[in-house]
Amino acid sequence: MEPIIQINHLSKAFGSHVVLKDIDFAVNKGDVTCIIGASGSGKSTLLRCINLLETPTSGEILFHGQNILDRGTNPSKYRAKVGMVFQSFNLFHNMSVLENCMIGMTKVLHKDPEEARQIAMHYLEKVGMAPYINAKPRQLSGGQKQRVAIARALAMEPEVLLFDEPTSALDPQMVGEVLSIIRDLAKEGLTMMIVTHEMAFAHAVSSHVVFMADGVICEEGTAEQIFEHPQNSRTQEFLSRFSR
Amino acid sequence: MLPQSFWGRILFLLNEYGTSLIKGAGVTMVIAIVCTFFGCIIGFGVGIVQTIPLDRKKQPFHWFLLRAVQLLLSAYVEIFRGTPMMVQAMFIFYGAAALFNINMSMWTAALFIVSINTGAYMAESVRGGILSIDAGQTEGAKAIGMTHFQTMLYIILPQALRNIMPQIGNNLIINIKDTCVLSVIGTVELYYTTRGIAGTYYTYFEAFTITMVIYFILTFCCSRILRMLENRMDGPVNYELVMQDPLVAGTGTYRFNEKKHQQFNDQNIDTREGGR
Repeated sequence: MEPIIQINHLSKAFGSHVVLKDIDFAVNKGDVTCIIGASGSGKSTLLRCINLLETPTSGEILFHGQNILDRGTNPSKYRAKVGMVFQSFNLFHNMSVLENCMIGMTKVLHKDPEEARQIAMHYLEKVGMAPYINAKPRQLSGGQKQRVAIARALAMEPEVLLFDEPTSALDPQMVGEVLSIIRDLAKEGLTMMIVTHEMAFAHAVSSHVVFMADGVICEEGTAEQIFEHPQNSRTQEFLSRFSR
Repeated sequence: MLPQSFWGRILFLLNEYGTSLIKGAGVTMVIAIVCTFFGCIIGFGVGIVQTIPLDRKKQPFHWFLLRAVQLLLSAYVEIFRGTPMMVQAMFIFYGAAALFNINMSMWTAALFIVSINTGAYMAESVRGGILSIDAGQTEGAKAIGMTHFQTMLYIILPQALRNIMPQIGNNLIINIKDTCVLSVIGTVELYYTTRGIAGTYYTYFEAFTITMVIYFILTFCCSRILRMLENRMDGPVNYELVMQDPLVAGTGTYRFNEKKHQQFNDQNIDTREGGR
């Protein structure tokens, strides 16, 4: 089966500072890929490159076999199919919760407002935020904001959903509510890529784990391979800090 | 025939010239409001063009064209911010007649000069307003597939407009006061009217006392109205919590008070988790 996203020899440098070096990997339909590694290892940059929020320096990103870094591709159309959930939520401050979830469907997918509203309500119910549809983002807690952000991304019905440290900006008590939603999505077979520091969560949820250090993929494999039998010494060292 | 006391003379002037003062104040307000409006439109146009991101490598021709336009707009902003409006008024009014043989009417000239002046100031305010919006808003919009134009229209500009409302108010108040320099090209606004009245009976102090008060009332009312408008733009402090079927109007809506929100939030009431 052809992978949804195939990354070949991807590199990214900010000036002379090389953040990603020759990254290769593939995301298949239904995969839940967790990217783990120390801060500054290039995890977030990789995810941002996949969504074209950063322009890679070289290499290619194939989406259903099409290189999205080619000049002819329309980044907006591509992004509509690849959702992203951010560490800092990035909800639109000038809109209510419901409007946040509807705007992409009405303006990008050109859906009828009533249909968009029903889809938005469906996903808001799924994340338990349906009671808050009239609230503005500034009136919500961090965990609630992130749940709305997930509903907003889901409402676009993306083929792949990218999570950039979705719980890093949350209080410990709110982490659980966000992770349980992501866990439910994994069960439903949504293709996801998750950059996370929550190792127990990564272990439980992922079908594929990528360990990164200094801009390269040190090791990748199933959750069992990486967490229980890591081969690379850097992976072992990184994971030993979490198990006590 | 002129009353002896100060207040008497003021009453006399009000009685005699009340209508022309109101007319002058009206002209001042029309110029100020219309020009602030057009100035904002110019300012938004220039500010938007100045903040278009283009990749030089990907679209070299578009990039070059955009830079040329941006350079012209910067020149416009710098020239009009950098010279006195009174001098510009003379330059444009007499220059148009001398060089291009265009005889502008007093109204056209007045509206034109104040509008492009306000536009030059607003351009910088709008640019600042756009840049002040957190980059995360743009990224959030891009991540759901919005183009730069859609991101601007639906996400950035509404927020930027709210943020620069105090600046718009500032410009309106400055315009109310600065229309008085248009008297040099013969616009019969409040200041010009007052000078005429003062000269007739040689009552400078009295006439300008009245005008001072009128200017203050105009600017004060405008600043209060704008503040009210800002509050309305912020929307209600409270929101309705919809607990049951949100598609059926009126069922299970509760008034939700933000002051109690924090306490409510700690309990993490949530239909799905059953108040976990």
